[in-house]
Amino acid sequence: MEPLLIEGTAKTPTIRFDAKEGVIEVKGRSIPENSIEFYKPLVEWLEEYSNAPQELTQVNVQLEYFNTSSSKCILDVFKKLEAIHKGKNEVIINWHYEEDDEDMLEAGEDYESIIRVPFKMIEIVE
Amino acid sequence: MSFVEQYFFLYLLSEKKVTLPETKEAYMSFDVNEYYSKLNGDDVLIAYKGDVSSELISNVLEVVEARMDDYSENSKIRKKVYNVLVESLQNLYHHIDILPLELQKDFDEKFGILVVSRVNTQYKISTGNFISTEKVPQLKGKIEKINSMSAEELKDMYKFILNHQRVSEKGGGGLGLVDIARKTGNKLDYSFHEYNSDYSFFNLDVYIDIQE
Repeated sequence: MEPLLIEGTAKTPTIRFDAKEGVIEVKGRSIPENSIEFYKPLVEWLEEYSNAPQELTQVNVQLEYFNTSSSKCILDVFKKLEAIHKGKNEVIINWHYEEDDEDMLEAGEDYESIIRVPFKMIEIVE
Repeated sequence: MSFVEQYFFLYLLSEKKVTLPETKEAYMSFDVNEYYSKLNGDDVLIAYKGDVSSELISNVLEVVEARMDDYSENSKIRKKVYNVLVESLQNLYHHIDILPLELQKDFDEKFGILVVSRVNTQYKISTGNFISTEKVPQLKGKIEKINSMSAEELKDMYKFILNHQRVSEKGGGGLGLVDIARKTGNKLDYSFHEYNSDYSFFNLDVYIDIQE
């Protein structure tokens, strides 16, 4: 399965989904006006990946900003990961937040309370 | 339109700031200079009125980010202001009604107003847009509901909407205002002004405390 690589922009994050390594990465800013358009290929990629996932899928989310329109799409991505986890494959979501960014930590905790996948909160200390 | 005129225009639309003069004479005697010097106490980061497009949003964000660098604002405040600004602008972008032709003589099709200022201990983000008057009660009810909620209730409401409402093409499907209230911890300050028989002008002021 081909990896999904998308270069980040001022409004959209850098994406690296690698099926061979079992690594899913979302980094940067996610504040597009139309989030569905951006996230659709990501959800589709995960749909296919869920047919033959690695024993362990490491998910690294490191967002500086995300808007409410992206928040629902991110939930859709996590729901796909939840399905993989349900299918007896290990999934870990590493939720990175910058030092003192309580809003980003809280956002991670919101997802943690909705999605049945183990979360690891990682503070980035500069 | 000059800087002063922009503010004068804002003044005309916001009766909360100064009482609207009732007669033409009183209107004429309004002291623009005095009003302007009052406003000068506020540090304005950006003021815009016109068409709200995706490019405009990108440009505003870039300017405000650079201006906050000038203040060497700490990253916590900077992020909060940025986040709330994104939501405010995208609320405008997604919810502005396309104006009827009679109003398009005077205003852009997707007309909105934005002013970001730093007043003493707070950042203030003001937005304004026309709204069809029949939608006013619903929006007012929503804001009042949000304003009546505690931090914990807002968190629950946010999670409920996030988990139960489908993503719409119109953005966050109603998460924007809840998110703004949650992140600022302040009440949403708003007013509606009747413009003509069908349209009202909606003004929303959001405050972000500068702690420390």
